[in-house]
Amino acid sequence: MGERYNIHSQLEHLQSKYIGTGHADSTKFDWLTNQHRDSCCSYMGHPDLLSYFAIVENESKARVKFNLMEKMLQPCGPPPEKPED
Amino acid sequence: MYLYNLTLQGSSAITHAVHGNFSGTKQQEIIISRGKTLELLRPDPNTGKVHTLMKVEIFGIIRSMMSFRLTGGTKGKRTLYRPCGDYLVIGSDSGRIVILEYIPAKNILEKVHQETFGKSGCRRIVPGQYLAIDPKGRAVMIGGVEKQKLVYILNRDAEARLTISSPLEAHKSNTLVYHMVGVDVGFENPMFACLEIDYEEADADPTGEAAQKTQQTLTFYELDLGLNHVVRKYSEPLEEHANFLITVPGGNDGPSGVLICSENYLTYKNLGDQHDIRCPIPRRRNDLDDPERGMIFVCSATHKTKSMFFFLAQTEQGDIFKITIETDEEVVTEIKLKYFDTVPVATSMCVLKTGFLFVASEFGNHFLYQIAHLGDEDDEPEFSSAMPLEEGDTFFFAPRPLRNLVLVDELDSLSPILACHVADLAGEDTPQVYLACGRGPRSSIRALRHGLEVAEMAVSELPGSPNAVWTVKRHKDEEFDSYIIVSFVNATLVLSIGETVEEVTDSGFLGTTPTLSCHALGNDALVQVYPDGIRHIRADKRVNEWKAPGKKSIVKCAVNQRQVVIALTGGELVYFEMDPTGQLNEYTERKKLSSDVSCMALGSVAAGEQRAWFLAVGLNDNTVRVISLDPSDCLSPRSMQALPAGAESLCIVEQPFESGAKSALHLNIGLSNGVLLRTTLDSVSGDLADTRTRYLGSRPVKLFKVRVQGSEAVLAVSSRTWLGYHYQNRFHLTPLSYECLEYAAGFSSVAISSNTLRILALEKLGAVFNQTYVPLEYTPRKFIINSDNNHIIILETDHNSYTEDMKSQRRIQMAQEMREAAAGGAPEEQQLANEMADAFLSDILPENTFASPKAGAGMWASQIRVVDMGIGGGQPNTLFKLPLEQNEAAISMCIIRWAAQGEQAQPHLVVGIAKDMILSPRSCTDGSLHVYKIYNTGKLELVHKTPIDEFPGALAAFNGKLLVGVGRMLRLYDVGKRKLLRKCENRHIPNLIADIKTIGQRIFVSDVQESVLCVKYKKRENQLIIFADDTNPRWITNSCILDYDTVAMADKFGNIAVMRLPQSVSDDVDEDPTGNKALWDRGLLNGASQKGEISVNFHVGEIVTSLQRATLIPGGSEALLYATVSGSLGVLLPFTSREDHDFFQHLEMHMRSENAPLCGRDHLSFRSYYYPVKNVIDGDLCEQYNSLEPSKQKSIALDLERTPAEVSKKLEDIRTRYAF
Repeated sequence: MGERYNIHSQLEHLQSKYIGTGHADSTKFDWLTNQHRDSCCSYMGHPDLLSYFAIVENESKARVKFNLMEKMLQPCGPPPEKPED
Repeated sequence: MYLYNLTLQGSSAITHAVHGNFSGTKQQEIIISRGKTLELLRPDPNTGKVHTLMKVEIFGIIRSMMSFRLTGGTKGKRTLYRPCGDYLVIGSDSGRIVILEYIPAKNILEKVHQETFGKSGCRRIVPGQYLAIDPKGRAVMIGGVEKQKLVYILNRDAEARLTISSPLEAHKSNTLVYHMVGVDVGFENPMFACLEIDYEEADADPTGEAAQKTQQTLTFYELDLGLNHVVRKYSEPLEEHANFLITVPGGNDGPSGVLICSENYLTYKNLGDQHDIRCPIPRRRNDLDDPERGMIFVCSATHKTKSMFFFLAQTEQGDIFKITIETDEEVVTEIKLKYFDTVPVATSMCVLKTGFLFVASEFGNHFLYQIAHLGDEDDEPEFSSAMPLEEGDTFFFAPRPLRNLVLVDELDSLSPILACHVADLAGEDTPQVYLACGRGPRSSIRALRHGLEVAEMAVSELPGSPNAVWTVKRHKDEEFDSYIIVSFVNATLVLSIGETVEEVTDSGFLGTTPTLSCHALGNDALVQVYPDGIRHIRADKRVNEWKAPGKKSIVKCAVNQRQVVIALTGGELVYFEMDPTGQLNEYTERKKLSSDVSCMALGSVAAGEQRAWFLAVGLNDNTVRVISLDPSDCLSPRSMQALPAGAESLCIVEQPFESGAKSALHLNIGLSNGVLLRTTLDSVSGDLADTRTRYLGSRPVKLFKVRVQGSEAVLAVSSRTWLGYHYQNRFHLTPLSYECLEYAAGFSSVAISSNTLRILALEKLGAVFNQTYVPLEYTPRKFIINSDNNHIIILETDHNSYTEDMKSQRRIQMAQEMREAAAGGAPEEQQLANEMADAFLSDILPENTFASPKAGAGMWASQIRVVDMGIGGGQPNTLFKLPLEQNEAAISMCIIRWAAQGEQAQPHLVVGIAKDMILSPRSCTDGSLHVYKIYNTGKLELVHKTPIDEFPGALAAFNGKLLVGVGRMLRLYDVGKRKLLRKCENRHIPNLIADIKTIGQRIFVSDVQESVLCVKYKKRENQLIIFADDTNPRWITNSCILDYDTVAMADKFGNIAVMRLPQSVSDDVDEDPTGNKALWDRGLLNGASQKGEISVNFHVGEIVTSLQRATLIPGGSEALLYATVSGSLGVLLPFTSREDHDFFQHLEMHMRSENAPLCGRDHLSFRSYYYPVKNVIDGDLCEQYNSLEPSKQKSIALDLERTPAEVSKKLEDIRTRYAF
């Protein structure tokens, strides 16, 4: 019993420390939003990916970065209505 | 398969640039990051040339970089090893903060501190993306994109060494950070300003209203130095979203606070009772851009002196504005903006105290400008925040050519390389590398040739054919050479160098005989050796002659500042040495050698020494002997080396060792078969060791000692001319990109080519390639070489742009609008409007600096261009251009000879075109395949168009038919009279076909995100069948077939992999493993039933856009060449022996442990970024062996059971076997 409790608190710790760690109640939307935010961040962190986007879109790198930041606010649109329970 | 990775040309893009005095002297230096390398540049304030001091690969990704100086920086103890220069702090993907210092004595960057705080990788919450420094250098904030921010306190200890505290947290959950800067608060508690946005509410609101209303905030964090704690001091919502911040000087220098650069606006904000000051960003007058577009600043630079400061900020279009701030008793009253100049859009700008502006362009070449004017006294209008404007209205200005800046230097950049082919189009026996580089109007197609660029200073015709040339100084202390001596078959010509070069007869040289050698002797004497004797010319023109005895004549000689050695016919050596009175004395004995002398060389007399201690003699019996000149055992033999061929020429130079900084004598032996041997000559015993061999060309190698940048170098002349020099801790042997030379002498190089005398200068030392190029109009996407006539056909396509037609239409329309607007007004007004409209139509600014107009999403412009790269020796030029219509995007192409047209089939060009394509989410209304007939003049003639329903991602010729990737369908087409005829189709490619490569009946199809699929065409059934695929998802950019079963591929995350089909894989569908003949029976997880095996995995660290199997040097073996978006070129070389592989594997292992990468990223984990590295040894890491400390080199070599020289030799050998 104690061990189970322990694992539970460990998980909680992970969830608070690392954003995006899933739990039993994670929805598809949560997961997807986290995926998108992680991706956007990775695109900004790798200079070559940023250049790649800038070439394809024919925009300046600063603009591409700005657009990615803006997208991170709500990458997958508004969340779905929570079912009443 | 085991491969060895080697970078041939490092990345040439710049991601960050910071300036400071890193070497601790007053000199201004710039440190640039090129993604995974750091480079220290020093612009010479006198000449304006930018010199590279050092370069180091860090095997990690540099995400942010800042320079800082501790307060009272120069007060510390200044020693050779602690120069008290500026420090460099780096945020990388290592999960560590690293502080570096430049050590000028060793020319390295040294790690001062490395503090671990998180996981490695470019993660969302791990800090490293942003860095902010307190302007007084007391603290640094390092932040991630979300949540985490850490503050480190910087200080110095009693010995003036930099100390770093443990991190203080300033985390805030659910908060994204756009940018952060250190606020200049003088000596009050350090403060940082962050642009943040909180997404918590937006995430919880299903209506989407919260997301609309969420405001960005400007938050100030204060580091309380007393409490050792960071507090979130103040937060304020902003009206519009901003992209970056600029620190305004504070303390005694200015009002403090920050400038917020947001879309269309620039706002000044500060704590306390300061009002916000807001000024719109001015727009170009009559711009063709989409009027709905906002405008943002992309980068800025600050210039601060004791009395004033200003900012230069650049917009997306490249226009630089000078921003000044007006204050009234510490309160800011006004922001003023003034149009400064327009330069290509930059990632970083640096204003140097010496009056230069360094512009690191996002794509293409980088520039150094001199700031000639500050734009104070011109008629350019100044815009101010105090000027009344309607909401939403803005200022307008007219862009113009440079007025305040003067271009002084340009740094070549290949970035981005979008396509690459290696071919010998010019028939030069060494293949050239052809690259499609750049973006939009700044793009080009370039031909790269391995070689050093030569600047020709003078060329003069000579009477007859000379056979040798020398330059001498009249006096040792003179700065420049005084005479050029040219020897002919039966005469000698002496030219004096002054304002002009003219012939002189009173030099004391004997003009009626050919000359064997000349040299300056002692302080102010000259010596001429000719077949009948030696002529010693003293400063007062007294001449002492030594005559060759009897019937003997002098055949060879070697001369330096104090010694003369001659060889008489029959192999007799006579030695002369200068005594303290300046007299040349013959040594009492002569030495008889076993055979005739073919060449001789003496080293230079080292400073403070009496003589060179060794003479090297090449004999006709294919040996080289080293003979002592030590008075105690003069002319006695010391060592001997047997040669594979006769020695043609010898040269002893003093050059630093490849390994370590210590100088050593190197004996260079040029052989008659075109091979150069380079041997170390022991300075005590005269022993020869560590011989390196290089093949230089088909003619016998003649060697000449020259001086390059103050040190000795060897010029080797064979069928090509090579320069062997030591530069940035590495020995380079590089061909000169120049005509074939006969003879040379050092005077920043005088050379003879057939019957002309040429004076050459070598400037771009260290450059691997020299380039010729043709500028293009739009981004080159793909190009192919038409092997019939060696023309290059290029597809140029740009999103977000107008075609030429559309641009002129828009211009006419806008001019019309201008005229109409004034139509109802007074006649003068109308005339004014007419003039303005005419001027607008006629004055078109070049797009390569002023950027092309942005047309908006979904607007495409393309053209097909045929280029002749000057293969006949002429200038490279465009032969033919075929612009496509607006919104037609040319995507793919191939050259094909239709099998249906039989033996006489002409080559046709097929181009895949997408119409009205939207990038995200990808869609296009329809596409088409255009077939063009190719004429030998380069002209293309449309044969027919075939409509298709999707995006034509890739085309390939396949046994005289055409394979097309139409969206996710693979189709086979054959030619028809009116259009192409569809033959068969496979609909089982997962997403989108990005690339098709074929070999025999096999087709390797790359999916845009599901790696390579192997397809077999079954002729009898007329079916395309997927028979195997990869187990990993890979976002393929390009692939290259290595053999019938093996394919190499590169992906968008910077990996290269090689997939091989195991022997058990069968492409014969009759042997259906399920036994029920179900062709479409899917294997595991919807994949093919058979799988390829990955035999090689490697993370390059830059997106590889092109892969090709190529031979780079004549006589070399094939290697896999790759080109990247960052503009680097590298090769993967196959190991040919197990022994070599073992050796390098061990060397790499030792290097990993002994030479941990500078920014804290683990080498093994970097090379295994996405997939564990497999079967590739990183040569770039191994080559860092040469820059290790000698003691470390020794211990590694000991473990490998070799000497350091042998290790260096191994490293050089593997490089020169395949590349350069």
